[in-house]
Amino acid sequence: MTPALIPSLGPAVPEILLAVAAMALLMVGVFRGNGASNLVGWLSVAALGVAAVLTLGLPGERVLTFSNMFVVDGFARFVKVMVLMSSALAIIMSMNWLDRENINRFEYPLLVLLAALGMAMMVSANDLISLYVGLELQSLSLYVLAAIRRDSAVSTEAGIKYFVLGALASGMLLYGSSLIYGFTGTTNFDALATLFGREGYSASIGLIFGIVFLAAGLAFKVSAVPFHMWTPDVYEGAPTPVTAFFAVAPKIAALALFSRIVLGPFAEMIDQWRQIIVFLAIASMVLGAVAAIVQTNIKRLMAYSSIGHVGYALVGLAAGTEEGVRGLLIYLAIYLAMNVGAFICILAMRRKDGMTEEIRDLAGLAQTRPGMAAALAIFMFSLAGIPPLAGFFGKFYVFVAAVNAGLVGLAVIGVIASVIGAYYYLRIVKIMYFDEPAAEFEAPMSRELGIVVTAAAVFTVLFVLYPSPILDSAAVAAAALVP
Amino acid sequence: MSNWPILSVITFLPLVGALFILLIRGEEEIVNRNARQVALWTTVITFILSLALWAGFDRTTAEFQFVEKSEWIAGAINYHMGVDGITVLFVLLTTLLMPICILASWEAITVRVREYMIAFLVLETLMIGVFCALDLVLFYLFFEGGLIPMFLIIGIWGGPRKIYSAFKFFLYTLLGSVLMLIAMIYMYWEAGTTDIPTLMTHQFDPDIQKWLWLAFFASFAVKMPMWPVHTWLPDAHVEAPTAGSVVLAGILLKMGGYGFLRFSLPMFPLASEYFATLIFVLSVIAVVYTSLVALMQEDMKKLIAYSSVAHMGFVTIGIFTFNQQGLEGSIIQMLSHGIVSGALFLCVGVVYDRIHSREISRYGGLVNRMPKYAFIFMVFTMAAVALPGTSGFIGEFLILAGAYKVNTWVAFGAATGMVLGAAYMLWLYRRVIFGELVREDLKTILDLSRREIWVFAPLILIVVWMGVYPASFTEFLHVSVENLMAQHDAVVTAARALPVEVAVTEVAQ
Repeated sequence: MTPALIPSLGPAVPEILLAVAAMALLMVGVFRGNGASNLVGWLSVAALGVAAVLTLGLPGERVLTFSNMFVVDGFARFVKVMVLMSSALAIIMSMNWLDRENINRFEYPLLVLLAALGMAMMVSANDLISLYVGLELQSLSLYVLAAIRRDSAVSTEAGIKYFVLGALASGMLLYGSSLIYGFTGTTNFDALATLFGREGYSASIGLIFGIVFLAAGLAFKVSAVPFHMWTPDVYEGAPTPVTAFFAVAPKIAALALFSRIVLGPFAEMIDQWRQIIVFLAIASMVLGAVAAIVQTNIKRLMAYSSIGHVGYALVGLAAGTEEGVRGLLIYLAIYLAMNVGAFICILAMRRKDGMTEEIRDLAGLAQTRPGMAAALAIFMFSLAGIPPLAGFFGKFYVFVAAVNAGLVGLAVIGVIASVIGAYYYLRIVKIMYFDEPAAEFEAPMSRELGIVVTAAAVFTVLFVLYPSPILDSAAVAAAALVP
Repeated sequence: MSNWPILSVITFLPLVGALFILLIRGEEEIVNRNARQVALWTTVITFILSLALWAGFDRTTAEFQFVEKSEWIAGAINYHMGVDGITVLFVLLTTLLMPICILASWEAITVRVREYMIAFLVLETLMIGVFCALDLVLFYLFFEGGLIPMFLIIGIWGGPRKIYSAFKFFLYTLLGSVLMLIAMIYMYWEAGTTDIPTLMTHQFDPDIQKWLWLAFFASFAVKMPMWPVHTWLPDAHVEAPTAGSVVLAGILLKMGGYGFLRFSLPMFPLASEYFATLIFVLSVIAVVYTSLVALMQEDMKKLIAYSSVAHMGFVTIGIFTFNQQGLEGSIIQMLSHGIVSGALFLCVGVVYDRIHSREISRYGGLVNRMPKYAFIFMVFTMAAVALPGTSGFIGEFLILAGAYKVNTWVAFGAATGMVLGAAYMLWLYRRVIFGELVREDLKTILDLSRREIWVFAPLILIVVWMGVYPASFTEFLHVSVENLMAQHDAVVTAARALPVEVAVTEVAQ
């Protein structure tokens, strides 16, 4: 059969829309200058929203296109909607902020748009090459975003650091891919799966090396220990809305990619990769919990917190079952809501003399700004995994998967790490509620942020009442990935 | 019996009250007054509604009553509520103590009254939920959720070392509970359900039972608290505001005992049998050691806190005797201790509100200025030392009788604790109430106000009622306890018989 001259574009419509929108908005920006930043911003949000709706409209079954390099299935749909939503929220979060910091440039929403495009590609990758292309598009956009505050040394340093280490990780990933290609003769995920599934196939040492390098590269992208070193510096140095973006969307996309690789082509080699992921999960959970205790900068603290959360999400992946993927997806959906909410609160930490990022500046917030303090306290308790808040259910389902897969030890280490981690979340609550008020923050947050943060808080509190929609769609998505 | 979901109403009514308080707007003075009123009326109405449980409860069956069940999460986890003879009295204890707590905080809490009342009402919902939940996940939500409001209550309205105590309380309890969570997940996987009544009839593998038992033990032993994981309790008690101490001693501690009765005994009968000796040793140490520690305390609240640990030692002894007297005694003891220790903390609160000190040496001769207070304090001191005619006597006597059947030495150790208990309580009473009234500020101290008398009146009534005519309480327990024992005995006998059968068949071959 000769391949069609033009591949079927239907499954990739959301991505095509994003690409076209990015180019068109670039023209708008070029011709109208930075004055049009807000217009470009809102149009980007609209493009992301339309792309999300289009994604939801895609057929539920598995569809391949572009010579089997691009796949759309229930899993991709679920993750893409999360990624697009959090990207749109990142743009909304940044607009006011960038204005006040005088760095409101029209490139900013465009870069988020391009990064979202890259992430959508990653999630739909069905080939080592399309994987790399998507990953690089995302990473390059993120490097620039980290350094978008050009006149700030910290921000530039964060960008450079991210770039250098990110390039190293990309190199490892590419090297791993080339080893896999060299020892198997194919880059396509389906072909790899068929090959490994063959009776009596035993992996050669070169192939194992390939998997290890691939896993290392991906571990860097999700910032799992021991490839996490860039995270605290980049989170601290990047402008806060960018940090908020980093903490959610790229993590979700990279974890989804991670799951697609290990449970797709390498599903038969679970014995080989499971030990890697178990180690990454334990190390991330423990380090995330312990290292965050001594932090005084809230963005750094959130960096370690995100490392810890990646550890918990990896627990679901380590289970290597459909249930585990479901747990992972539930975890990510809840993590999205909690983190967006927490970062909006951090964005609102502004005094007359500029932004502040010290945890002690939150002192007595419960008396000066009770609403914001209550919201942040809800997010902190939820991140700590205290029931009945949503964060508990995220942890509950990954641990259920781990126990069912026989990884009881991993689950025990996980819950103990969560108790250690609870300490630093509680410390923030303590500073807000028990300490005497510090200087008050400036005017309340803008209306759109107020709405988003309220929605996130309500979701976190009331998730317990009606969890079925998310649990069910995560189950459908997981079933699509693990046949 | 009517069809309306009474348990859900009782459980969530306080939450509705909390929402009302949240909506109050206006001057701080008005907000404070309205918050107090709303909180009081909500808890009083909850209590009155809960009396329907007392009236409508069928004392002749061990089945769960007032059951509500509806789909909740993904088919497997249900919203399942119900009470049996063991829990119904705990629900009533909770609803009774809450209005008293609110009244006790009426004048003592002056800052951030609105948040205080919200925290208490949320806490009430979660505590009632713990006793009514018939699903593991639901139980865990209520059990753990209670940490958040209690953390805030200790941390915001507590004493000088409140932050240390709040963290210690939270992390200690959380660490115990997460291990229980893993055990619950394992049970969910093994039995395929989280329904508590179903799990009570599920037979877990004897070796697995031991691990599960230990995981649950980690949680309940901390909550109880048992020696040597009791150290959070004195700190939390001393630093918490008066009403917080009442709730801690009165209700939160009972969750540990309830957990043993609801989970450890029926679900892991073999492991419970296996670990009973461990429990006895720890409990006897707790009873004797913490009583000695209590003797040496100079802080009134700390003394009562240590006495709580000793009294809870009695409870664990009673539970693990596996006989009727022991089990019923331990439940009565928990109820009695809930009332008595709560009342003793309130007594301390009365003088603390006036003098702002809990040092025993700071007081003396109070009987001259405060005769009513002296009388009330005496009633509860007598109940704490288990004087016949008070509620404390019934519980401790039954437990001793039950323990004596099982092991003389355990009964001996527990009885020693009773003697020491009399010593530290009477000594406390002598130092605070009798003697010369020498301190200047004590010479103008006022006796109980009418509000304070209303706080204590119902408690005295119940202490005497329980002591004189315990049948109206034990009649709730009989059938449920008998059922629990029957199940336990059946499993244990079967397990003992098993090796013999194997041996017989081997011989026959």
